[in-house]
Amino acid sequence: MAEERAGMDYLNTWPRKLVTVYAPLSAFLIILLFPFYWMTVTTFKSNEELYNFKDYNPLWIHSPTLDNVKRLLFETDYPQWLMITMTVAVVATFISLFASVLAAYAIQRLRFRGGQTVGLMIYLAYLVPPSILFIPLATMVFQFGLYDSPLALILTYPTFLIPFCTWLLMGYFKSIPYELEECALVDGASRIQILWKITLPLAVPGLISAGIFAFTLSWNEFIYALAFISSVEKKTVPVAVLTQLVEGDVYHWGSLMAGALLGSLPVAVIYSFFVEHYVSSLTGAVKE
Amino acid sequence: MAHQNVADPRAAGAVRGKRVARPRDSWIVRTFDNPAVLSFLFMLPAATLLLVFLTYPLGLGIWLGFTDTRIGRAGVFIGLENYQSLFRDSMFWLAVSNTVLYTVIATIGKFALGLWLALLLNNHLPAKALIRSIILVPWIVPTVLSALAFWWIYDPQFSIISWALVEMGLIDQYIDFLGTPNNARASLIAANIWRGIPFVAICLLAGLQTISPSLYEAAALDGATAWQRFRHVTLPMLMPILAVVMTFSILFTFTDFQLIYAITRGGPAGTTHLMATLAFQRAIPGGQLGEGAAIAVAMIPFLIFATLFSYFALARRKWQHGGSDD
Repeated sequence: MAEERAGMDYLNTWPRKLVTVYAPLSAFLIILLFPFYWMTVTTFKSNEELYNFKDYNPLWIHSPTLDNVKRLLFETDYPQWLMITMTVAVVATFISLFASVLAAYAIQRLRFRGGQTVGLMIYLAYLVPPSILFIPLATMVFQFGLYDSPLALILTYPTFLIPFCTWLLMGYFKSIPYELEECALVDGASRIQILWKITLPLAVPGLISAGIFAFTLSWNEFIYALAFISSVEKKTVPVAVLTQLVEGDVYHWGSLMAGALLGSLPVAVIYSFFVEHYVSSLTGAVKE
Repeated sequence: MAHQNVADPRAAGAVRGKRVARPRDSWIVRTFDNPAVLSFLFMLPAATLLLVFLTYPLGLGIWLGFTDTRIGRAGVFIGLENYQSLFRDSMFWLAVSNTVLYTVIATIGKFALGLWLALLLNNHLPAKALIRSIILVPWIVPTVLSALAFWWIYDPQFSIISWALVEMGLIDQYIDFLGTPNNARASLIAANIWRGIPFVAICLLAGLQTISPSLYEAAALDGATAWQRFRHVTLPMLMPILAVVMTFSILFTFTDFQLIYAITRGGPAGTTHLMATLAFQRAIPGGQLGEGAAIAVAMIPFLIFATLFSYFALARRKWQHGGSDD
């Protein structure tokens, strides 16, 4: 990669690099990934193996079993929770993308009076954390009759998705040459035609970044889902795993870890497809 | 409805290109071509959602903090009573000090380790892109789900950490990670640092890659040691991005909820509550919406401080890029 520079790297010798770079880097990788390894190993262990550190080395699976996964899929509402989480995340993402594209385009391209102030307000909105809003939102959700309905989540998630997506898309629109739009204007295209036929197709990578970020943030959301939903079958995966799979004092660690592993998979899969988008837009958003 | 196809002059002044109107445009098309009208319509969905579900509840939350609202019963204005009782409430002060301690230590940990990791990744490495994407995994997986893995790792009887330390002969008894207040706090902070490292490292790596190697070469020619190069070249050049990332990190660590709720639920005996988890505890299961709202509102001064910090850090960045000279 041409843009990556390494300072005084060429002065380092191999053994020196082994101690100063590779050893600490391996330690970081092991520590950062260990919880996932442990989650996976626990998922496929039988109960007798899970709680017997004397006869079995706990770091390895001696007789892999799918019992925990089967229990999770067939004896709990897990598939239902996955469906609810997926639906909420997808719908909230689309609503947020729609609103953010229009808002970012208006701020960045239409340059209306007060546009700068609106941009700053949207940035500030991103800094308002859900842990301050959930109590008043809970009373509103109740008054609107939305309590215990996935609609409550679909309507509240955009509050943290829109600021983030708008911010990201503003940066993206800025990188598209304005001259293209000017030419179209002179040729008699309307603003909406320009947005739909010129700007949006060029902004597809930005839309993908904003979309996967929004989806991941929705999938990850916890406090609203915990406060606004009470029926077992309507819970989202993060909340349900924590509140439904933990029964009294007996923790079924095998199924719990299976639930955590399966719940992480959708975001991990999406992430692996779009990892370059993810990294560049993450760093771009911070540098912007 | 505006029937003109020439924009409002104030708005038109801001638009460089001007559309050539076609005679057969309907009034709808012409209205939609007025930048002022179009901006308003384009801002409408985002503004409506944010005003209804963010600005209004923010105000409502402040109001609820002055009432004795309970679940299922509208409250009446009681002035500062909630705040007075919180002032005398030792649990509240414990939550405040836990929150400050949690934020300070976790932030220092995340930034020290994240910076170290970023410096490691800034070397010539094989499979660099792969390593970089693997490192972000803890950050993208839902917090509660990785917190569950930590809960299991911290299990008193079957902790893999205790097992490993015993096997290595470093300890002779399993550690009760979550059983005592200080152990539980340390365990929570460790989990928070673990989750925060990737984000910090990737952002700082992006900052490191903008530093020109010629600066290091010049410093080396002047005889600067590795530490001096870090102290006088790397750190100052990294400062602007460091300030922005740190603001976000402080903001979200201070208002953290998920990790604590998943691992200790504020236990043992409420000693690991942060302000956010205590607010939830009092408001939702406890039913005292007014008191919970007051605790949440008490977080706002800290957040304003962090936001101002971010604003000035950003202003400083503009100055550094040569935007303006004041």
